[in-house]
Amino acid sequence: MTIKTEKPLLSAEAVKKDLLAKYPAKAGRRRAQQMVAAPGPGREAPEIVSNARTLPGVITMRGCTYAGCKGVVLGPTRDIVNITHGPIGCGFYSWLTRRNQTDASADGAENYMTYCFSTDMQDNDIVFGGEKKLKAAIREACALFKPKAVSIFATCPVGLIGDDIHSVAREMSEETGINVFGFSCEGYKGVSQSAGHHIANNGLFKNIIGINDNGPDGKFKINMLGEYNIGGDAFEIERLLEKCGITLVAAFSGNSTYDKFAASHTADLNCVMCHRSINYVAEMMDTKFGIPWCKVNFIGAAATAKSLRKIAAYFEDAELAKRVEEVIAAEMPSVEKVQAEVRPRCEGKTAMLFVGGSRAHHYQELFKEIGMRCVAAGYEFAHRDDYEGRAVLPSIKVDADSRNIEELHVTPDPHRHQPRKSPEDKERLAAAGFSFKDYEGMIPDMEAGALVIDDLNEHEAGRLIALYKPDIFCAGIKEKYGAHKRGLPMKQLHSYDSGGPYAGFAGAVNFYREIDRLVNSNVFGLIPAPWQESPELYAHFAWD
Amino acid sequence: MRKIAIYGKGGIGKSTTTQNTVAGLAEMGRRVMVVGCDPKADSTRLLLGGLNQKTVLDTLREEGEDVDLEDILLTGFGGTVCTESGGPEPGVGCAGRGIITSINLLEQLGAYKEEQNLEYVFYDVLGDVVCGGFAMPMREGKAQEIYIVVSGEMMAMYAANNICKGILKFAEAGGVRLGGLICNSRKVDNEEEMITQLAKRLGTRMIHFVPRDNMVQRAEINRKTVIEYDPSHPQAGEYRALAKKIEDNGMFVIPKPLPMEELEKLLMDFGIAN
Repeated sequence: MTIKTEKPLLSAEAVKKDLLAKYPAKAGRRRAQQMVAAPGPGREAPEIVSNARTLPGVITMRGCTYAGCKGVVLGPTRDIVNITHGPIGCGFYSWLTRRNQTDASADGAENYMTYCFSTDMQDNDIVFGGEKKLKAAIREACALFKPKAVSIFATCPVGLIGDDIHSVAREMSEETGINVFGFSCEGYKGVSQSAGHHIANNGLFKNIIGINDNGPDGKFKINMLGEYNIGGDAFEIERLLEKCGITLVAAFSGNSTYDKFAASHTADLNCVMCHRSINYVAEMMDTKFGIPWCKVNFIGAAATAKSLRKIAAYFEDAELAKRVEEVIAAEMPSVEKVQAEVRPRCEGKTAMLFVGGSRAHHYQELFKEIGMRCVAAGYEFAHRDDYEGRAVLPSIKVDADSRNIEELHVTPDPHRHQPRKSPEDKERLAAAGFSFKDYEGMIPDMEAGALVIDDLNEHEAGRLIALYKPDIFCAGIKEKYGAHKRGLPMKQLHSYDSGGPYAGFAGAVNFYREIDRLVNSNVFGLIPAPWQESPELYAHFAWD
Repeated sequence: MRKIAIYGKGGIGKSTTTQNTVAGLAEMGRRVMVVGCDPKADSTRLLLGGLNQKTVLDTLREEGEDVDLEDILLTGFGGTVCTESGGPEPGVGCAGRGIITSINLLEQLGAYKEEQNLEYVFYDVLGDVVCGGFAMPMREGKAQEIYIVVSGEMMAMYAANNICKGILKFAEAGGVRLGGLICNSRKVDNEEEMITQLAKRLGTRMIHFVPRDNMVQRAEINRKTVIEYDPSHPQAGEYRALAKKIEDNGMFVIPKPLPMEELEKLLMDFGIAN
């Protein structure tokens, strides 16, 4: 699909200079390495510094390690009792705020997502240690709900006072007879929530994955990794897979269950959606069980079709390929109808996306499909491979912050390792254009001259909006009101705020309509803000 | 009311020296309170004649918010008011946070209020200034005078120097000052001269040299201060002298901690190596 690009983009170099102008020299040098201009599709991406510490004093968009572990990866699990060990705030503010949906309508299905479990530590628990209270909480949860599993999440103070959540987990596992495991995901670890994803991956892999060999029957069995069912995205993907005759063994972790995690090693392919948050599990399952993984993207109609074809190509089955084509052919007309309707109103409008470790990339697909341009984008917590592609992996320097996060040493499972594809199979597939462990990153997909910025902050966001005057800004909840204040429509791409699904074909239609509504409503132009008419307060920044 | 904190390396004799000195002040008719800031809760044992005290933190844990001063204050030798902060068992929780909590609670309950007629409060603090909690007595004007118990052993002097760094930090923000070094002799060669020199370099003075005497141990086994156990013994006189010197002390300074090399040189010039 072509995008009208007759209007030249602002010079990325000039914008970069403007953004950096206010920084002290050293801070400016650091930030400069986190801003690059995209060279254009198909050209080699320049190196961008990412997964680096945020400078003290800047208002970052990032979250903490606990948020990455409990909030993102384990939060959407419905039948594990997730207990936050810490003062109440951490548990409360990570309770359903990501709008992860789940389907617990089946008879006997458990759903604890609507509960907020926390040890609610008080001063006394900090002074005398919180292990006793944690044990009491686990006993209480087991007595009330009789869950299949209980997990414990450590918050900052727990790490400081040294409560041993893992020994508590072992002890309580023995006492209760169920799987109890802990995550040392104290918020201060690592440079962003990315550390929490890694810790969550390690915990899932060590404690659940591969402990139940009775997976579902099916000819084409896959896992969906890094799909968190925000706004019902996973439901739409499940609908499509089912229509194609593909069996979903487990999803990590949108609309997931404990038993499905436990049997996920019976799948024959791992499909990775959010590369950043879950690639560790994909890699480890390949090594331990012989399950290959490939990157998919169900955000965007074209990307969805491509991903379905990719899965079909992997299984090398003519019947499946035919079925996939039929599904695409049946789904596309209604998508194209809305595209055609919306496109004239959205064509040539501009968007900015600063979100996630994959989302800023995936959602560009949807904007392109209605003729909108992405003038600037960046991730909050990605690493270089998410920007430049996995080819740069060997050249990524492992710094002290990353070494602080456990790296599991995985070996093939003596009983369960069973290569799904032989080296010859893999060669044949590669020759036919199928690529394993492939993620090319965001930068190679972007328009030449578009600006890529890692770990954007409040100051830079304000300048970007002032300079580019985009038609829509996409980020997280913290950035929402900043954009609104500057008279700009904002689409929240963490939780979507409202609406969804935006994945798959039905989701694409929802997104086109939502963006059409946002960029064409002119609501901010109709009502002048009070401060535009009569400014009441004057102030200067310290540096002016 | 003079607010005094005693610091020093672990095992140097802070609690023993504090209680014996407090006994001396009590004998002089002063009304003194001792706040033990050690999770072991053994800072008032000699004044109370045993470890029979319910600590502030234990009381807080058991009684909830409903804590009265009478629950946590006991009267010891010579009318001294004794209280123990208490804290977690070793290896659990956060003892530093415990000290912050318990000192705040004592304040809120009015332990230091005028009607208590206190003339002195002594904080007996565990070991080195290891973290923010243990610096609590220095912070926000909780203690105004610090005395460091030291001996001629290298690590004791090293700890004393480190404590001075802590005092320096809080002296700039609050009013805490160093009142002097108390040498609790370990019979190291040239000990008195060396500590006199160390004190001088730090910008303070050695306020008293307490000789080593087995009488201290004997009294301790009997859960008493020397002043109570054998009032006529010369060692009791030493503690009375120290109490008098503290009573009369007018030299309160912001210390000048030494760089490590200078501290080592001091040991070379005056110490056992010489």
